[in-house]
Amino acid sequence: MTEQVASKKEEEVLAELDSFAELPDAPPKRKFRLSWVGWVSVGVVVFWLVICVIGPSIAPFHEMDMDGDDSFLPAGQGEYGYFYLGTDYLSRDTLSRILFGARNTIGISLAATLLAYLMGITLGILAAVKGGWIDMGISRVNDAILALPTIMLGLIVIAALGSSIPILIGTAAVIYATSVFRIARALGQDIMVQDYVEAAATRGEGIWWIIRAEVLPNAAMPLATDFGLRLVFVVLFISSLSFLGLGVQPPASDWGSMVRENLQGLTYGSYAAIWPAVAIASFTIAINLIVDDISAKSGGSLAKKMV
Amino acid sequence: MMTRMVMQRIGIGFATLIVVSIIVFIATSILPGDVAQIVLGQSATPETLAALRAQLGLDQPGYVRYFSWLGNMMTGDLGISKAGGATISSLIGGRLGNTLMMAGWVAVISIPISIALGLWAAMHPGTWLDRIVTFGTLSLISVPEFFIATVAVLILAVELRWLPSTAYMTGDESFLQLMKALAMPLITLVIVVSAQMIRMTRAGILNVMSSPYIEMAILKGVPRGRIILRHAFFNAIGPIINVIALNLAYLVSGVVIVETIFAYPGLAKLMIDGVQTRDLPLVQACAMIFCATYVVLILIADVGSILSNPRLRNPK
Repeated sequence: MTEQVASKKEEEVLAELDSFAELPDAPPKRKFRLSWVGWVSVGVVVFWLVICVIGPSIAPFHEMDMDGDDSFLPAGQGEYGYFYLGTDYLSRDTLSRILFGARNTIGISLAATLLAYLMGITLGILAAVKGGWIDMGISRVNDAILALPTIMLGLIVIAALGSSIPILIGTAAVIYATSVFRIARALGQDIMVQDYVEAAATRGEGIWWIIRAEVLPNAAMPLATDFGLRLVFVVLFISSLSFLGLGVQPPASDWGSMVRENLQGLTYGSYAAIWPAVAIASFTIAINLIVDDISAKSGGSLAKKMV
Repeated sequence: MMTRMVMQRIGIGFATLIVVSIIVFIATSILPGDVAQIVLGQSATPETLAALRAQLGLDQPGYVRYFSWLGNMMTGDLGISKAGGATISSLIGGRLGNTLMMAGWVAVISIPISIALGLWAAMHPGTWLDRIVTFGTLSLISVPEFFIATVAVLILAVELRWLPSTAYMTGDESFLQLMKALAMPLITLVIVVSAQMIRMTRAGILNVMSSPYIEMAILKGVPRGRIILRHAFFNAIGPIINVIALNLAYLVSGVVIVETIFAYPGLAKLMIDGVQTRDLPLVQACAMIFCATYVVLILIADVGSILSNPRLRNPK
């Protein structure tokens, strides 16, 4: 009975994941192809990743340079140079701060997502391979964390520990490792019962060899699409905290905090709050469109289930 | 069988709430230094610290403090706020009402809109209007809530000057004034929640559309609109109830952002203020209310999907 309920729960989770997939009756195509929307999105994502690296060196001003003119200037010529996107509430160049901020917003999110993946996959595959009480223990703790609204967890941790970049990365990583764990565990269990794994075990291969050579390569593609989605969630989480004034602390530039700082400028007709918000939106929408495109085009049922 | 499953879910819900309370308690107790130190601040001497700790019960072991905290919370005694010394119940009272009122309006407005649009998009898959709905909702769920709020302020408050950009309330305004003050946060939240619900409703209907009995109906020559309204919709009700409850649960995070932007005097704003001043008793109480609401809504979604499934309702 309990087992029946447990499997039912699993089914529901998979059905829920499935319901996100576009057009369930789309014919399966194995080839990895993107539509033009997908390619444009890839361009946008690559653009921001490049900016993360070279942003600070191509920015016309330093992120903390105050122009000295006036706050909330519209785009145009100022006393100290040309402000392509105007100035912010402390009369700093908005464009430069966006270019500098890419490193914080995307960098922190990327680090947190990678860490979440490292933890989630390690524990998930461990749970799938070992089973028994190890699986039970990790899964129960995981379910408890998963049962809470992410923003609440973030707020509680920050209320207790204060906000700093390592704490932001650690908090986001632990929170999002829970969903990675679920997927990695389900995938691991799926793969562990395949004939080729059994064959490897019969050949006398060790458990680590099986994980490295059989389980991980077969779980890679579905996990890769999920990585994109997870990164979007982490970007939204981190920038929401920054927006609340609880994430990246000033004067460092970060897209979420830039929106917060310049919100009052909206009433004076300044777009200083809009540009960083547009930057976040362009990055997250682009990733989602790529993932959407891949899951609509490649019919691999496992990949689809997981998206 | 069904009663057992429902009871089991409720049991799991309770267990989750207990675990949640433990997490909240531990997380807010790992702070180096305790409330006594914060209260006394600079004027702390070892003697006064020990005295206040004894008075506040902080000298007792962790599990004793946890149970007394939990017991107090169950009986409605939420403790005393660090800042100002007011009781937390009095701080929360009116705020909770404001937040519930907003959530209620969001549900009333967004549920019909989402089901109608989701159904409509599912009835015309692949048409350009369907593509606009799919693309638009995908974009909306990929952007932060504060992006939508900021753009709404820019358009409706700054450019068109139709609505005020903050939700300031005095408590004695007429219904029309109240609606005007609430309009901006409401619009933002409705957009955020509806986008998700439209997508999931559409996906749910399309999922049902690929089942054999629908194929049968198509082969019989039943018109598409009739198939959706008479065959697909009723079988998709379970998933749709699930979607509604889940999305109302997602409202929790939306509310946090929206109340902050529009300075709406709700529970989430109170909690954020508490986090900023590190008023831990206040944060604990608010977090428990939000988490409990979330867990209960998820529970309703679970039970709803069991109840709406005829195979579980009438076992063979």
